[in-house]
Amino acid sequence: MKFLFNLSFRYKIPLWGGLLIVVTSLAVSLALIAQAYDDLQVDVLNSSANLSRILAKTLFPAMLQEEVWRSFEIIRAPLHGKATDNPIQPEMILVLDQEQNVYVSSNPVLVPMLAKLPQLGEDFSRLSQLIASRPETDAPITDYSSTQRIYIATPIAEEGMRLGTLVLIHSNDVFLPRFRNVAWRSAFSGLLILAVLLPLNWYWGLRMAAPLIELAKGVRDVSHGEIEYPHAVTYPYRDELGQLFETYGLMLKALQEKRLLEQEMVRSERLAAIGRLSAGIAHEINNPLGGMLVALDNFKRRGGHDERSLKTMAMIERGLTQIRDTVSAILVEARVKGRNLAAQDLEDVQMLLTGEAHKRSVMMEIDNALVAPVSLPATLMRQVLMNLLLNAIHASEPAGKVRCAMRFADNQLMIEVENAGRTIPVEVMTHLFEPFVSGDETGHGLGLWVTYQIVSQLGGQITAKSGDGLTRFEVFLPVGVAT
Amino acid sequence: MKRLVLYLVLLMVAGLAWSASEPLETERPLRIGLTPTFPNDQYRPLEAWRLYMERKLHRRVEFVQRNKYIDTIDLLSLKKLDFAWICDYPYVYFKKQLRLLATPVYNGRPYYRSYLIVPATDTTTTSLAQLKDKVFAFTDPYSNTGYLAPRFALHQAGEEPKHFFRKTFFAWSHRRVLEAVASGLAHGGAVSNHVWETLSIGKSELTSATRIVSTSDEYGFAPIVARDTVSDTDFEVMRQLLLGMATDPEGKLLLKELNLDGFVAGDPQIYLRVEQVMRQLDGK
Repeated sequence: MKFLFNLSFRYKIPLWGGLLIVVTSLAVSLALIAQAYDDLQVDVLNSSANLSRILAKTLFPAMLQEEVWRSFEIIRAPLHGKATDNPIQPEMILVLDQEQNVYVSSNPVLVPMLAKLPQLGEDFSRLSQLIASRPETDAPITDYSSTQRIYIATPIAEEGMRLGTLVLIHSNDVFLPRFRNVAWRSAFSGLLILAVLLPLNWYWGLRMAAPLIELAKGVRDVSHGEIEYPHAVTYPYRDELGQLFETYGLMLKALQEKRLLEQEMVRSERLAAIGRLSAGIAHEINNPLGGMLVALDNFKRRGGHDERSLKTMAMIERGLTQIRDTVSAILVEARVKGRNLAAQDLEDVQMLLTGEAHKRSVMMEIDNALVAPVSLPATLMRQVLMNLLLNAIHASEPAGKVRCAMRFADNQLMIEVENAGRTIPVEVMTHLFEPFVSGDETGHGLGLWVTYQIVSQLGGQITAKSGDGLTRFEVFLPVGVAT
Repeated sequence: MKRLVLYLVLLMVAGLAWSASEPLETERPLRIGLTPTFPNDQYRPLEAWRLYMERKLHRRVEFVQRNKYIDTIDLLSLKKLDFAWICDYPYVYFKKQLRLLATPVYNGRPYYRSYLIVPATDTTTTSLAQLKDKVFAFTDPYSNTGYLAPRFALHQAGEEPKHFFRKTFFAWSHRRVLEAVASGLAHGGAVSNHVWETLSIGKSELTSATRIVSTSDEYGFAPIVARDTVSDTDFEVMRQLLLGMATDPEGKLLLKELNLDGFVAGDPQIYLRVEQVMRQLDGK
């Protein structure tokens, strides 16, 4: 039984609905049939009672004059034709005398004249007692106690003189064909209703179940950590299910944001850790490096060295200088104070990069909305712009387009750089702002690291989005009052 | 107002026309009583017979149907009837008030018999004596074949008719006795052989539901009688009409419908046997 309740709503709703419809139409059909049966019985009893009164009235003079034949004719008159055609027609009619002997019967072969009523069978014996128990009644007595027959006993009496009793016998068998007819009709209309309602119910059930099933699947996916937002299935109505869908959507959205935030935090922390590590290493390297360079300088200034030594020293100095350059490139020092960023700086950068762009047949589109200088170090910002634009030019296809926008609003500087061209692969995207990660073979992979370090140290944010052949970097920097 | 006057005028004219037509009815119609001594519910042939009489007699003829012989006898003695077709027993019984007009001829002779019948389902009864303590249907207390003859048969067998049967009743016609026996209402009955045979032609389902157990002796056929006060002219004219039917093509057809060969002038001699039976039963 539990199996039934464990079924999917896809089956459960149509099944229960169908069951309900079947039970309802069955109940209605049965009620109709029962009503028809009752009506038929009432009809029969009423008409039978009327017939009894008329026959009893006609029989009285015939019996008074001991006219057996006439009595026989009277009770046989209503029995013409086949009883099955007319359920109201009695099966048999008896006339009893005062001693409850059969005076005459419509079927003398079955119930002969002068037969004693109580000896004719169990039903008749009970009927005899019933008649004897109510000798004074004028109205017909009806006996239903037999399952096969209904007996209606009417006194044959005038002005208090009772000559006998008229008994009309109806067979229940006669009801059956009529009853079957009604039953068939009810059953047919029931089937018709079912034929219309069941497919409707099935359709409705599926409609009801489909969003529930989708929702259940979605929740199961979420529990497995698969968050797909926005959800593929929507529900357009504002009922409880609609509210559920809405809440589910909100939940998905919150989960999605939380996940993105977590990813972002993890990345920031990683970048910060890398930054701290690299800064630490850079400082540790820089201190002895400085000493070594000073010592080399002193060594050279002393003079009197042979050619071979000087050559070796020069080689060591070049190597140490390369180390210092690399280390200082990693160690971004944003605390350098200088002049403020002005609109001119972007134009300068554009000028500087024109040659490179021209070489690659890339068109640059600059949208410079900066009016007044903003309180950001111009040197660092130029480096940021330079790095982003250079990356964009390199990533562009030939004859591609690079767009750069810079605007200042709400105490925030916003820089957008976008280019059409190769999409950044996902694995690169994850470690995009880490040092020595490069999109191509030409760069050393420090450009974006430096950019990230500058932006972070200035308290800003940098994000990258890449997809559908478009790569876009956005930089947001909080700006104090220009000095 | 004009309309009212018109109505009054019309009414007066109608009244005059009605009173004028009255004296045209010069002669009183002949009234003939019919009883169930023959199958008197063959309404179509009876109407044809009446019209035949009217044409032959140039006179209106009325048939008066009564179920019980005694009613017809009463009407005769009250002069409400001129002629009547009754049973031989009432003829003998009321001989002094009646004149014998004609006797039907059946199977070539003016005689008929009584059949003792039982339901066809009763295959064991072979004589009246076996119907002791059974229900028996008689035709009419003034019927010979349907009452007198079976009682005489019992009398001859040494039984007392009054107490022999458990119950008896009168069905008031041979045909109904047949029906009573056929339906099983009565275990036995007595009918005229003429009625039984006639019905076996037209209503064989009725006669085939019965079985003839025994046949009585011959009796003079149920006669057509006149009240004793009927005029000789009427008597003679009527007798000629009946006797002439057998030679008349139309009359022959009617006789065929009535299952008769013809009529002969009534001879009281043929009814002597009924008188003997009557006397024997009464004498007891």
